[in-house]
Amino acid sequence: MSDPAASSLKPKRSLPYILTAPATLLFATMVLVPLLLTALLAFNSYDDSVGIKSTYDLHNYLAIFGDDYYLRIFWRTFWIAGLTTLICVIVGAPEAYVLSRMSRKWRAFFLIVILAPLLVSVVVRAFGWSMLLSADGLINHGLQALGMAPVKMLYTSGAIVVALVHVMLPFMVIPVWTALQRLDPTVEHAALSLNASQATVLRRILLPQVAPGVLSGSLIVFGLSASAFAIPGLLGGRRLKMVATTVYDEFLGSLNWPLGASIAIVLLVANLIIMMTYNRILERRYSKTLG
Amino acid sequence: MRSNGPIALLFHALVVTFVLAPLVLVCLVAFTAQDTLSLPFAGASLRWFKAVFEHPDFLQSFYNSLQLALMSATLSVCIALPAGLALGRYRFPGRDALNGLFLSPLIIPSLVLGVAFMRMFSVMGITGSFFWLVVAHTVVITPYVLRMVLAAVMGIDRSSEQAAQSLGAGPWTVFRRITLPAILPGLSGGWMLAFINSFDELTMSIFVTTPATVTLPVRMYMYATESIDPMMASVSALMILITGGAMLILDRLYGLDRILIGERV
Repeated sequence: MSDPAASSLKPKRSLPYILTAPATLLFATMVLVPLLLTALLAFNSYDDSVGIKSTYDLHNYLAIFGDDYYLRIFWRTFWIAGLTTLICVIVGAPEAYVLSRMSRKWRAFFLIVILAPLLVSVVVRAFGWSMLLSADGLINHGLQALGMAPVKMLYTSGAIVVALVHVMLPFMVIPVWTALQRLDPTVEHAALSLNASQATVLRRILLPQVAPGVLSGSLIVFGLSASAFAIPGLLGGRRLKMVATTVYDEFLGSLNWPLGASIAIVLLVANLIIMMTYNRILERRYSKTLG
Repeated sequence: MRSNGPIALLFHALVVTFVLAPLVLVCLVAFTAQDTLSLPFAGASLRWFKAVFEHPDFLQSFYNSLQLALMSATLSVCIALPAGLALGRYRFPGRDALNGLFLSPLIIPSLVLGVAFMRMFSVMGITGSFFWLVVAHTVVITPYVLRMVLAAVMGIDRSSEQAAQSLGAGPWTVFRRITLPAILPGLSGGWMLAFINSFDELTMSIFVTTPATVTLPVRMYMYATESIDPMMASVSALMILITGGAMLILDRLYGLDRILIGERV
């Protein structure tokens, strides 16, 4: 132990294991076991009359990657998550910057205004948007009052993207904000006093230091958007499916659990790859700056 | 020079409007007197709030959610407290692996967890058990509590513990009289955060609830896929009220900024 004060407590060797035992038990039975069962389930097959059959082959995965229907859903999920991430960067990063330049009092107030919706249930937020965007919703009422024709907004990919941006924005603002806080303001002052233009300061000083925050936020936003359920479920309707709503329909609609499980496993693996790539990039950055 | 120009402020105003618009509108529409989703300018009434209380299925779901959130948040704290103490204080073989395992629900999509629980519950024949629903929620919310406990444990000034120890206090007394009071704000903040997260959870719960154990968000989701009427707005408004109240307590206990961003603003 590096900290001499800590070692003075002289724990018994088994103490940390005893203390973590309840959590280990919980997470082993409730994370490892169910995931393992799901991975196995994905190899099974399904028959309308018999139910789940314990065959073990890859036909579910072959079905997913060989069927246009599922490929289209994966592609739609991918571009909706990508577009959501892009808009979150374009809106969230400047917003974090604007917040960081506010006076202390306003900053604390608006940070909470921007971030607190994070704690409001996603069903409530999805419902809020469906109310705004529906055919006789408030936006269309407004348009009609102005003498314009109503626009179909609900059950379009546009509606899903708008609502996803609303839900995901805090996940972009937080890491960018944190990166901005680590910034030494004197560097900016120094650059300005040496006659650098605002644009140069932005490009040469702010952006490079904020980039890791943007990257980190992007990965979180992309991962969460790609697996989002309530938003596409309520704003995409029955026809505009994303991966999560497809899994839901397989499990609770057509009862083809093995197929649903294999889609879920694909989603999980894709998510883990994204997270690990991110860690790899971070490590490389660190080794570059340190080594 | 560290102030925002008019364009920046306009942009900020638009973002704030975007963020608040759906929530504010939900709360306004909840008070409408009409049968359709409309702003209450033509006359406000509480009829749609009354309608909520005339729906026994919604009330049942509310009690389910409340009970579930209270139990799983409490269970979560009981599990995260010793684990957080061990992870925060001691270096031991397997520490990083355990840490990764305990935080893993943060990187596993809730949808995948929901599917996995559904499968396990059906294999074990415990589908519809409220106890196992509590356990499932506990897994999903424990990472949040654990992070708060870890932050609190790392922040303790060890000298008072050592002083107590050198004066002959036993390990239990040190824990009860010194350590626990020092991490209590973090612990109660963690409990509250866990409560909110459990109370709001939809994606995992929708796979593991049965008609008898349906939670409020699941009930709302089911209802909203079939019909949209102002009652959904009043339930949502009540939901915002409850979450808002919990947030207020959280802010007093611990500071909302510290919970949301991890530091004091």
